[in-house]
Amino acid sequence: MVSMTKKKTFFWLCVFLLPNLLGFLTFIGVPIVSSLVISFTDWDLLGSMSFNGIENYIRLVQDPEFWVSFRNTILFIVGYLPLVLIFGLACALLLNQKMKFRAFFRATFFLPVITSWVAVSLVWKWLYNPEYGLINYLLSVIGISGPEWLNDPNTAMIGIILASAWKDIGFVMVLFLGGLQNISPTYYEAASIDGASKLRQLWNITIPLLAPTTFFVTIISLINSFQVFDQVMIMTGGGPGGSTIVMVQNIYNHAFRYFEMGYASAMSWVLFLVIFLFTWIQMKFQDKGAN
Amino acid sequence: MKKWWSLLVLLVVGVIGLVGCTSSESGGEENSADGGDSQTEITYYSFSATPNYEDVLSDIVAAFEEENPNIKVNTELTAYQDYFTKLQTRIAGGNAPDVFELNYENFVQYASKGTLADLTSLIEEDENFDPEQLNQEAFKAYQFEGKQYGMVESFSNVLTFYNKDLFDKAGVDYPTEDWTWEDELAAAEKITDEENNVWGTYAPVTMNEYFKIAAQNGGNLFDKGGNPAVDNEANLEALNYMVDKVTESGVSPSPGEMSGQQPADLFLNGQLGIVHTGIWMFDAFKDASFEWDVALEAGNTQKAHHFFANGLAVSADTDKKEAAYKFAAFMSASEEVAKLRVENSWELPAITNEDILQPYLEQTPPENRQAVFNALDTLVLPPAVDNWSKISDITNQEFEKALNGDKTTEDVLKTLQSEYEDILSE
Repeated sequence: MVSMTKKKTFFWLCVFLLPNLLGFLTFIGVPIVSSLVISFTDWDLLGSMSFNGIENYIRLVQDPEFWVSFRNTILFIVGYLPLVLIFGLACALLLNQKMKFRAFFRATFFLPVITSWVAVSLVWKWLYNPEYGLINYLLSVIGISGPEWLNDPNTAMIGIILASAWKDIGFVMVLFLGGLQNISPTYYEAASIDGASKLRQLWNITIPLLAPTTFFVTIISLINSFQVFDQVMIMTGGGPGGSTIVMVQNIYNHAFRYFEMGYASAMSWVLFLVIFLFTWIQMKFQDKGAN
Repeated sequence: MKKWWSLLVLLVVGVIGLVGCTSSESGGEENSADGGDSQTEITYYSFSATPNYEDVLSDIVAAFEEENPNIKVNTELTAYQDYFTKLQTRIAGGNAPDVFELNYENFVQYASKGTLADLTSLIEEDENFDPEQLNQEAFKAYQFEGKQYGMVESFSNVLTFYNKDLFDKAGVDYPTEDWTWEDELAAAEKITDEENNVWGTYAPVTMNEYFKIAAQNGGNLFDKGGNPAVDNEANLEALNYMVDKVTESGVSPSPGEMSGQQPADLFLNGQLGIVHTGIWMFDAFKDASFEWDVALEAGNTQKAHHFFANGLAVSADTDKKEAAYKFAAFMSASEEVAKLRVENSWELPAITNEDILQPYLEQTPPENRQAVFNALDTLVLPPAVDNWSKISDITNQEFEKALNGDKTTEDVLKTLQSEYEDILSE
């Protein structure tokens, strides 16, 4: 009788999962498996396909262009991650306090998150405009002659990092807000009775107790930033002089512009492994921290 | 229990129905191809008709269907930016349109990958079509390894557009047919007025411009065997000419000074004395607030002009090759189509019949429309090498470094030579 119930449960599980599962298999499952297969071929998208073993992977290791895009992606992450974490936390702390118009401010900070990257990129492109942009205008008011931002290889990546951080701070803030609300107020009460300053409370209570949230936010942001693409594509297209080409853009170029689907698939699998590796390292690290 | 099963069946049927929608559609096409007497339906996939010329295309299709009552043409239109991604996906998915548009730059790539049907024998058998009806350069542009894989439908080229008012103001003579680089530079220097953001001349510093400029200096980026030969004196002079206008003499705006504005907008705004751009801008410049005209491009040791073409190719996989070819030939050489193109100032048909082209020449501005045809005498095609888009990308990247002063032009050409060798040996 018990097994009968179990069977029934399993049956219903399948029925209810079917619509979602079908979508997953069609649009995610099958493409993932096929991309792995394609990565061992020389498929040019239009012609026939033949296996060439791990040739694509060997080529990738020796391809300076791939390493430039890898380095640029890491540069992006190094600039972007601390920015969103620090400012996301700061906004969360501010908007966690009792204040007027709190809901309004929270919504406002979150607004960029739900705005399309295309719209955001175009607006930031104009803000960065060296001749007519708002940023350089404001700089000129205080007597600084601004850089050429996206037109200068030295500042283009900084420009992309700032715009990306601006867009994502709201998302990080909401996650931190959730974490903050999970910290029991009793800790703070006890700490203030003991005479701990606000800063002390932040350092000794808030930050340690937020650790699980911080971990989650870091992983999510890291995974997202390895896949940075839209803003780069629209704001600089990888330029000037290749100074902002990132991994996903490199993959896109090889797949759809250079007719090298096999090589592009190999690159996306390497990107997957890199993301997987970072996630795994942090999982390990987190386990230790929790113990 | 029964109820549950009927629910499941319903679900499965629903899913199959959804999947079935697509397959039944393609099944329908096959059926229509089988019947010899019944109508053949072909799909024509196009980018040049959208968004401004959709009505003209449906007029053309109507005229074609009247002439060929047993063929029905379904048109599918996609804007240029997304056109090739979609086309690739459809070909890769085994669902290629029967006949589709290709510009010359993409033609070689598609022909070399075996996605196009060889039309040579069909053309020979065709009594209505004679290649002599077409501009020979344009017609031959769609040949690959001696076989005809496409039918040219229209062409365009790039000329020197100049603002007469700015020339008058600076007291410089208008460009003439035998202008050289030096003449253009001298005029540009007089016109440039940095305080008012007026520059003498503009041409993009990209691969697309470079192969022409190199040709104007007798240079060639690839030798006759298609091997990279970019690192030489003639090519270096050409690159210096392009880069120095921005970095040295300042007669052209830098990317920073352009600030994301299109050169055409700067020209319309009276901020450019000369802009090197395509004849497809005639319409956009029609209502300019100043007098303007076009002239042949300046050369250094010789003349060279860009040449762009659109053509129709037939899919290698289609089972309706003849019907598809008929439509391609119609789009290419029919005088009716040519008339419609000229009347509506769509792209210029590649036909040689001057009576039909006459109305095009009579329109103004510009006065000197004859230059469009004169430029054909010295046209230069993009190098027909594999991986052209990759070669262009890497070249543009290196040119940006030269413009930024990160690299000398000598080093840029050295890098490009080895990059080209790597790309072509892949």
